Amino acid sequence: MRFKLTCKETHRLISEGLDRDLSIYERLLMRLHLTVCDACTNFDGQMALMRKAMRNLTIPEDGKQPRDR
Amino acid sequence: MSEALHLELHALRPALLRFAVLQLRNDAVAEDVVQDTLMAVLEKPEQFAGQSSLRTYITGILKHKIIDVMRASKRVRQFDVADDESEDDVIDALFKADGHTIDQPRAWGDPDATLEQKDFFRVMEICLEKLPAKTARIFMMREWLELETEEICKELGVSTSNAWVMLYRARLKLRECLDLNWFGNQASQSS
Repeated sequence: MRFKLTCKETHRLISEGLDRDLSIYERLLMRLHLTVCDACTNFDGQMALMRKAMRNLTIPEDGKQPRDR
Repeated sequence: MSEALHLELHALRPALLRFAVLQLRNDAVAEDVVQDTLMAVLEKPEQFAGQSSLRTYITGILKHKIIDVMRASKRVRQFDVADDESEDDVIDALFKADGHTIDQPRAWGDPDATLEQKDFFRVMEICLEKLPAKTARIFMMREWLELETEEICKELGVSTSNAWVMLYRARLKLRECLDLNWFGNQASQSS
């Protein structure tokens, strides 16, 4: 891997970081990229929110089919 | 056994079934799991006493029952995701040739404020239902049942690198749906 990551590589590492331990080197490169990139920083925040939301996902209050709304 | 609890459980049944089907993709197995879940609550209603929310409590039981069924099933699965993948790849569609994003992802704001809104979870359920079946299944195994990637690979018979890509694709699709159907609307309402 080169010293600089592209957004494409960073997006992928952000996702993989949710499923495996990234190496110290991967984490360092990712951090470096995130400090200068709003797009990937926002993506990182979106992924964090989705993870939190999925863990909090409970069955809804009523039995209404959401697709019927 | 309290009549009120009975009624409440009855009301929750359709939602339980919907979630079980979403994860298991098999109506008959999902029915059994929901039945087991309801029985577990009815047999020991005292365990629920003091819990903050019946829905939270019963969702936890449902998840455990689903995991039990998955682990017990010795059926060899042929988990081929090829049919879930469309021609225009969801990953490549996001980036220019030089690896930059085509559209910059927007900031979704304060997660806690979002997660306080019931309607957000409604939208998320709809978005999960919109995912291709197998994509939804592996994603929910990882993020909802919170299984480790290693176990998911064993269950589904896929390689770890394959699982990472599938999960990445699932996240991109779910993100796109949430962005379009929730965060997009939120932005236009507040501006």
